[in-house]
Amino acid sequence: MSAGTLTPPSTGQPPRATGRRRGVKRPGGGSPLVYGLALVVVALTVGPVLYGVLGGFRSNAQLAETPAGLPSPWVLSNYSGVLTNPDFWRYTLNSTVIALVTTAIVVVFGMMAAYPLARYRFRGREQLFLVFVAGLLFPATVAIIPLFILITKDLQLGNTWWGVALPQAAFALPTTVIILRPFLQALPDELEEAALLDGASRVGFFWRILVPLSGPGMVTVGVLAFVGSWNAYLLPLLLLQGGMKTLPLGVADYSSEYSSDTAGVFAFTSLAMIPALVFFLAMQKRIVNGLQGAVKG
Amino acid sequence: MTDVADDTTAPRGATVSPATSTTQAPVVGRATARPTARVAGGRRGPGPAWRKRAEIAFFVAPALLLFLFFVVWPIVKAVQFSLYRWKGFGPLVDFVGLRNYVSVLQNDVFTDALQHNLTIVVCSILIQLPLGLAIALLLNRRLWGQGVLRTIIFVPYVLAEVIAGVVWFQLLQPQYGVIDAVLGVVGLEGPPQGWLGTPDKAMIAVIAVLTWKYLGLAVILFLAGLQGVPEELYEASQLDGASWWQTQRRITIPLLGPTVRTWAFLSMIGSLQLFDMVWILTKGGPANATTTMVTFLVTEGTKRQNFGIASAASVILFVVALTFALLYQRFVMRRDTQDPAPRKKAHR
Repeated sequence: MSAGTLTPPSTGQPPRATGRRRGVKRPGGGSPLVYGLALVVVALTVGPVLYGVLGGFRSNAQLAETPAGLPSPWVLSNYSGVLTNPDFWRYTLNSTVIALVTTAIVVVFGMMAAYPLARYRFRGREQLFLVFVAGLLFPATVAIIPLFILITKDLQLGNTWWGVALPQAAFALPTTVIILRPFLQALPDELEEAALLDGASRVGFFWRILVPLSGPGMVTVGVLAFVGSWNAYLLPLLLLQGGMKTLPLGVADYSSEYSSDTAGVFAFTSLAMIPALVFFLAMQKRIVNGLQGAVKG
Repeated sequence: MTDVADDTTAPRGATVSPATSTTQAPVVGRATARPTARVAGGRRGPGPAWRKRAEIAFFVAPALLLFLFFVVWPIVKAVQFSLYRWKGFGPLVDFVGLRNYVSVLQNDVFTDALQHNLTIVVCSILIQLPLGLAIALLLNRRLWGQGVLRTIIFVPYVLAEVIAGVVWFQLLQPQYGVIDAVLGVVGLEGPPQGWLGTPDKAMIAVIAVLTWKYLGLAVILFLAGLQGVPEELYEASQLDGASWWQTQRRITIPLLGPTVRTWAFLSMIGSLQLFDMVWILTKGGPANATTTMVTFLVTEGTKRQNFGIASAASVILFVVALTFALLYQRFVMRRDTQDPAPRKKAHR
């Protein structure tokens, strides 16, 4: 918006935009060597994941005979076994609900807290910000035992969705505030001055202008919170049992319970990683945009 | 000072001028520019000071309360527990002062774990920084399928440590694992007990898996940093006849400084707090070869119910992380964090 309108005079915007799109300016470093290197990087990166996915289509006998082979014939029973396993679906539901609740709390509370920290001037603001920053130094593990006691004994929230979501949201707040604050600071002052001149209150400015403009930033922190919750292990490990378990717990359990059933473990693991991957891929563009928005201002 | 002034003016404003405060306040705020309080306190316009404070409280309170209740309070309790011998039942009565700390610090398992953490901190940075830079520079060139490449490189980071760990655990199995099979093709041989089962190989395996898992984060952050390098600089250096390599070395990498420093900080703190991956791969074994501070405190806390010892270990972990962070902020990140825009330019 206004940042965009300010830049063209100083930089040749139109040629740059086209140059970016189709590599007119810097004729791509497309030597075979570069592509070869990129291919090696890709192979090493996705190799293990792909091996796991394909391993799910093989039988244990195949895996033992030729560890590095491809499925022949393709075996579907591993995957169908997991998909018809009610535990798998229950774990998926638990993971989903906990991740959604965590994300909602983090985005709403984080956005609210970041606003005064970014755009109000008051005494103690930096100290307040430092309180949140200091939270970065505490993984949930540092406080895991008191947290366990607090949630199971004092709050009676052991083995519930909320019992995991609330502390997870609390521990995700530092990152959220740290990402959102510069993002909100970067929105041009002219916007705020115009809104205030038009008679908006600061609260009105927040709801009507800041929140709608902060979409990318909120998506960024939302995705981080969601993926963080989806992947969390230690806190659910201590707090959740039986049918309340999340997918990572289920995967770990399955892999130690059926450790000899390598193909089954691969199938279970591959299916468990799909949601996070899909979610990330769907959001990837917006995450990158959010990051760039924060960087560029 | 300003507080006192605000408090005396607020009631007067409330009785005299509801009208002025709604219609005129912003305009007045602009026109007079609030010479005394606003110059120091900021440029904000409408509403009296109490209202501003109420707004701040309203916005910050939910996050702050959640944070205090679920982060700060448990940590305070952890400090308290660390001073007692406590097995989790009954009240805290057996006060032992700092004895838990002494016994943790004299425990070889813990000091080894601390060493493992430090090894992982150093190795993560030394391995991932050059690799990450190289891959970021590679992907920053115009390539076919650039977007896909960027996505792929980030995939391991998105996976749960547990899931990545379970897959790698299978890959690293002694006979049937694919790693040993591949090594066999080249004529090499994995250790007979498996990479994860051999004390002096297990740490190498853990670091390798961590590199695989977290390299993508470095690459993505560096790529985002590269977006911030103005195109004109490249054009200028091209005009000056600089080679691609010279451009990277003299322009790109120095300008990536702040990004690299931020990344290294995140990586460091993450390495100190490592748990999930190690727990899945080795449970800290074999023969405690891959313990970390967190596996130590989880074992003490949940397996042996030594809550006092576990809490002391967690406080030590925190102090170590805090020391690292403060030293790092003080000596490395200083120029990035101080009031970014104006000062940085002045320094350069």
